[in-house]
Amino acid sequence: MLTFVIYKSILCVVVFGVSLGVAAYSTWWERKFAAFLQDRKGPSRAGPFGILQPLADGGKMFFKEEIIPNVSNKFLFVLGPSLFLLTALMTGVVIPWGKDLIIGGKAYPLQVTDINIGIIYVLGVTSVGVYGIMIGGWASNNKYSLLGAIRASSQMISYEIAMGLSIIALVITAGGTLSFREILEKQDAGISNVMYQPLGFLIFLICAFAETNRAPFDLSECETELIGGYNTEYSAFKLGAFMFAEYINMFISSAIMAGLYFGGYNFPFAHELYSAMGLQEGSVAISLIGFLVYFFKICLFISVFMWIRWTLPRFRYDQLMNLGWKVLIPLSLFNLVLTVVVEFFRGTIVF
Amino acid sequence: MQLTNRRKVVSNKEQSFAEKIYLPAIVKGMAITFSHLFKKAPTIDYPNKTRPMAPVYRGQHVLKRDENGAERCTACGMCAVACPAEAITMESGERKKGEEHLYREEKYATIYEINMLRCIFCGLCEEACPKEAIFLTDRLVDTDYERRDMVYGKDKLVEKIDQRIDVSKRQTPEVLEFKKIPGLRHNELYKKIK
Repeated sequence: MLTFVIYKSILCVVVFGVSLGVAAYSTWWERKFAAFLQDRKGPSRAGPFGILQPLADGGKMFFKEEIIPNVSNKFLFVLGPSLFLLTALMTGVVIPWGKDLIIGGKAYPLQVTDINIGIIYVLGVTSVGVYGIMIGGWASNNKYSLLGAIRASSQMISYEIAMGLSIIALVITAGGTLSFREILEKQDAGISNVMYQPLGFLIFLICAFAETNRAPFDLSECETELIGGYNTEYSAFKLGAFMFAEYINMFISSAIMAGLYFGGYNFPFAHELYSAMGLQEGSVAISLIGFLVYFFKICLFISVFMWIRWTLPRFRYDQLMNLGWKVLIPLSLFNLVLTVVVEFFRGTIVF
Repeated sequence: MQLTNRRKVVSNKEQSFAEKIYLPAIVKGMAITFSHLFKKAPTIDYPNKTRPMAPVYRGQHVLKRDENGAERCTACGMCAVACPAEAITMESGERKKGEEHLYREEKYATIYEINMLRCIFCGLCEEACPKEAIFLTDRLVDTDYERRDMVYGKDKLVEKIDQRIDVSKRQTPEVLEFKKIPGLRHNELYKKIK
């Protein structure tokens, strides 16, 4: 029992730290990658290749003046970013980061908790995250913030439907399980779900951009129209919390996409590689390699997020709503029907 | 009548299916940005590296001394006359006994000022100088907080005896030969003053 508690707390702390670290370095990579795409060099002053830039930025965030507008609701004003950051960090617990570690004959799963409704848990927690934005934008008592908050919440609600529908189709192909772990285990060595669900993946990808408020759907915080959207009135660490939570959301949704559609810690010819390296199934090295592969896929997805951001201009609000309701939802419904028909004829589902 | 061939007929034709779903255009745009990922940034990493200067760069002026360390300038005023921006002023004085090692000729500039805010760095002062005394160098003029500090006096303009400034890039044999042409305006003016 005690080892269980210690092991789980270590895992919690590690997942927490990794999420924060990846979020911090995403800001650095965002700037660096943007620079590469625009034929610039990017941050290069703090440390070699500007590698210490996140520390400098974080230090700046801490030491800036903390301003709370005196017409705002102070409790809600602080609650907004806290809730957003909290929910962003909570989603990381259901993701299996690698195969089980087997130490001394006992299996230690590299996943904080394996709930059998893992995917629904993620969807639920991320939609609670909207409350953070809504509360923050509303409590600022600023029209720009309010507009930004309204945009963010309506956008998230609209795109959650298409996202949910594309996940249902995925769950049907994956054999009717909602547990992350089982979906990942099913994609063992090579055949990942994206081969069965290319359209579903595309819908999920677009919805993930909208859910994380990233370009080209970043109109809830667009500079040109709304000053800064819901974080207009925020400063110092509370602004930092908002930005951090956004980057953590990006990390988590990359992890979900890499896991659900691209096999997570599985990769083609994994078993051949392991046997060529002379590794026993279930050894620590295999878990480690699996984790690194998964992490590499996540980094690729984060780069795709940034690549899109520095390529596409922002959608107009009506275009966003049209795309969400008139295109993506019918498309995901079509994908769902198609999946059901195909799976029926393959004989995996029986009525 | 058609004046240019740049006229473009605007059409409001219906978008094709490929244009409507945006995806081909998005993929094309992403390919363009991706190709820039491998291009070399033209940035010069400034404090560590500096861009090479042109050999004839016209920067901050210097008042040269001769090989014995005496000031060459005789305060003839040719540079002030030639200056299109009226940036140069000077006052002349007579050399006293025992100052022969400081000034080359009997007359010298007691005050010599160039207003660096007015100066346009055209180099006409250098061209006008009959004594080979003033030159533009490849040094940059520093910024300052006060306008009055931008008026450079002899303390900043005259080269230090132990820190000679090389002007061989601008004072080439061709330039010296060119200055001997009698028809040039500065030669005529100099004769008149004499």
